[in-house]
Amino acid sequence: MTKYIIRRLLQTIPVLLGVSILVFSLMFLIPGDPAQVMAGEGASAQTVENLREKLGLNDPAYVQYGRYLSSALQGDLGNSIRSGRPVMEEIQTRFWVTLEVAIYSTILAVFIGLIAGIISAVRHYTLTDVSIMIIALFGLSMPNFWLGLLLIQWFALGNLPFDIPFPEFLKMRPSGWGDTWRQMVLPVITLGTGGAAIIARMTRSSMLEVIGQDYIRTARAKGVSERVVIYRHALKNALIPVVTIIGLEFGGFLGGAVLTETIFAINGMGRLTIDAIRQRDFPVVQGTVLVISLLFVVVNLLVDISYKFLNKRIDLN
Amino acid sequence: MNEMENILVVNNLQTTFKTDAGDIRAVDGVSFTVPKGKTIGIVGESGSGKSITSLTILRLLASNGRVNGGEVLFKGKDLLKLPEKAMREIRGNQISMIFQEPMTSLNPVYTVGQQIGETIQIHKKVGKKEAIQQSIEMLKLVGIPSPEKRVKQYPHELSGGMRQRVMIAMALACDPEILIADEPTTALDVTIQAQILELIKDLQNRLGMSVIMITHDLGVVAETCDYVAVMYAGQVVEYSDVRSLFKNPKHPYTLGLLNSLPRHDIEQEKLIPIKGMVPSPHEMPVGCRFAPRCPVATELCHNKMPQLLNTNDSNAEQIRCWMFSDEWDGDSEVTLYGEKRTIKG
Amino acid sequence: MSTQTEKSPVIGKKSSPRSEAFKTFMKRLLKNKAAVIGGLVILFIILVGIIGPFLSKTDPNAQDILNKLQPPSKDHWFGTDNFGRDIFTRIVFGTKLTLKVGFLSVLIGGVVGIVLGIVSGYYGGIIDTLIMRVMDVLLAFPGILLALAIVSVLGGSLTNVIIAVGIFSVPAFARIVRGSTLQVKKLEYIDAVRALGASDGRIIFKHILPNIMSPIIVQATMRIATAILTASGLAFLGLGAQPPEPEWGAMLSDGRAYMHNASHMVMFPGMMIVIVVLAFNIFGDGLRDALDPKMKQ
Repeated sequence: MTKYIIRRLLQTIPVLLGVSILVFSLMFLIPGDPAQVMAGEGASAQTVENLREKLGLNDPAYVQYGRYLSSALQGDLGNSIRSGRPVMEEIQTRFWVTLEVAIYSTILAVFIGLIAGIISAVRHYTLTDVSIMIIALFGLSMPNFWLGLLLIQWFALGNLPFDIPFPEFLKMRPSGWGDTWRQMVLPVITLGTGGAAIIARMTRSSMLEVIGQDYIRTARAKGVSERVVIYRHALKNALIPVVTIIGLEFGGFLGGAVLTETIFAINGMGRLTIDAIRQRDFPVVQGTVLVISLLFVVVNLLVDISYKFLNKRIDLN
Repeated sequence: MNEMENILVVNNLQTTFKTDAGDIRAVDGVSFTVPKGKTIGIVGESGSGKSITSLTILRLLASNGRVNGGEVLFKGKDLLKLPEKAMREIRGNQISMIFQEPMTSLNPVYTVGQQIGETIQIHKKVGKKEAIQQSIEMLKLVGIPSPEKRVKQYPHELSGGMRQRVMIAMALACDPEILIADEPTTALDVTIQAQILELIKDLQNRLGMSVIMITHDLGVVAETCDYVAVMYAGQVVEYSDVRSLFKNPKHPYTLGLLNSLPRHDIEQEKLIPIKGMVPSPHEMPVGCRFAPRCPVATELCHNKMPQLLNTNDSNAEQIRCWMFSDEWDGDSEVTLYGEKRTIKG
Repeated sequence: MSTQTEKSPVIGKKSSPRSEAFKTFMKRLLKNKAAVIGGLVILFIILVGIIGPFLSKTDPNAQDILNKLQPPSKDHWFGTDNFGRDIFTRIVFGTKLTLKVGFLSVLIGGVVGIVLGIVSGYYGGIIDTLIMRVMDVLLAFPGILLALAIVSVLGGSLTNVIIAVGIFSVPAFARIVRGSTLQVKKLEYIDAVRALGASDGRIIFKHILPNIMSPIIVQATMRIATAILTASGLAFLGLGAQPPEPEWGAMLSDGRAYMHNASHMVMFPGMMIVIVVLAFNIFGDGLRDALDPKMKQ
């Protein structure tokens, strides 16, 4: 086990290096002169030259990367072109907002997804199962930015379809509880439902596969009740593969933040990224992309290790 | 034979499976009896319905399986009519079962002790500690060395033979009256096979239970069984005690089976395989199911299904073949697999 | 190619078992009602995308400020937007854009991913490690982020979105193809063909590729759904097709400002995205079940 963790940690290093190289080279993918693009169309030649000098764009690429990496390792991601503030500082204030939404969304997705998936598997091919799976397919196919807008339409603006009167107290208010509602509850529902759909589908197929296994028949032959068969013998085995997608889901929520934070006007890293893209503030774009990816890699590492931990007994076969 | 001695009587059992291609009658009129303390073998090729028969007895069919008729009388009670809860109290307690694949029949995420202990806890209503203690006793009984250590191990840490021993320990933990062994040795190495059969026989003698041995291997039957039911295409075609079956097989299929086996107890000129193939479950012959492959089949055999009837020899012998009925319309002397036989009409 | 390869008996009459397999596959697929409906919806959408614009009498960009923000009516089935443009017409014209992004990006991602996956799985060793580590790096950018980062530097346009979403699709294909290649490579007949002197190229194209098509087709179908979702997300953020192109995601984004009095501006483009993505997902599910019945109980 320790050996596996060490090996897995070592494997992460080239990935992290690759991520940093890719993020760094974003600058070189900019068509034309990056300094000109960042400074804007109307900037004077002097401004462009100053910017170029400031960003070190006159040095060879590998020197620039070396500088980028070493300062990034020290927690310095450069300065924002627009605000002049360190990128790290800009990110720090917004990091937790995004992380919080992603964590709650993951919890919601796992909670709903597992329950729906288990019910579906236990009652497979019944009306319940078919209904759950149809809803899950919709959840999978629904653009989360559209769902977000619909939720605003219904809950924030109070325009429920079919003229259902909307409870006044639930309406989003400019301050106080309304803020939480808008900044946390609706975004979490928006992101979490899509994730729940994926987890439900995965749990169902995993459960069905396990229920067909020989050891489930053995359990029944022992005189174990159906409840115990499902929840003690099947579920524990079925959950193992489901664990692997939780990390992916979490990452999806981090990435999805660019959309939800735009829709719900949340001041998190996603919105920071989009604003920076619009303002061509590339150091900030690089910074947020790097930080989100790092976080994702770390979470996946943890998921992989816990998977290995859960699965070690089977794996040795 | 005294009826009271029969602990299990299976009568005209019928099981069908729903599939995409239509319903399959996997078991179609299976009858046999299990005398107390004896071993009965159910022998047949794969697909003959022998495993389905055993799963039907314990009502462990997959969700697309359904029992359409017949009865399974366990000490006079019809198991097919019991409520699920009462059935659960029988499973693993009065009737236990072990399976073909010891590698996959144990739950990978629980220890050996937890799995044996679960059976004990359910049926004997004892605590966890006591259950583990009894599990260790059971492991000792089935000949597993250092049971105190093994009881804490996971299935993947044990060999196939060990796992089958664990399965046996689990099945016998509550002192069942019947053990159903579904091809218990098929997946094991030859040397281990003999050990496991020996173990089952030994435990049977000590514990006095009945055994239903399901196998495709006539060698296993000869070694372990007192009575045999030969199955073909979902039906019992011959039921008799093991000695008469080997000495004087009656049904052409049984004869064919024996002739396709190398034997050292009699002289054989050569092995004669049975021609043709087992009929597809979707296209069962209307008459005798073995008729398309039977060397002596007549008009009657092809058109009308024979019933499983007692022969004149003794009550214990039953056979499903027109040759042994008054309606037989063929020659009174036939040659079957190189053997001349006289048919009494 | 050596003459020996030409003479090698390449599992004679191989088409017959394959066409047999195709028949059972079609039979299973056609029995799956949901998959058939999904397939029909896809066909219909493709038809709309191709011939819809020719049938339309209205210009998708014709403004009619006097009739702006009209709710759905007989004249404007899906209502009008803030410039008085007919939303139904715009959606019909936008269908082509959606399908173009979906198919082209998956084509790009698929071709690159298949090549990388096969090379990785077939040759193994250092090439495999290298390719797969690069895929790991691409996968380290969660969700929409990779496509977003690429578009952010290339600039927002439909072509750039296709490229970005294409790159975003590469790792998924590469991984699946690599896994399947490894499985097929282990089969004995590949050794036999190699022993007969077949070149690597011939083995890959004649023997490995045809055997791994099933997972590729399923993956491609599902990926089209993901690609359409991703591309419309980018367009929603203003990083896709530029105005006045009738891109569904962009139309949705335009509608945001008018949600309180013209919710149809948000409703219809969103519904269309859901329908198309749903159709591809359902069809993909059906394909998977038909190609690999083991997956289904």
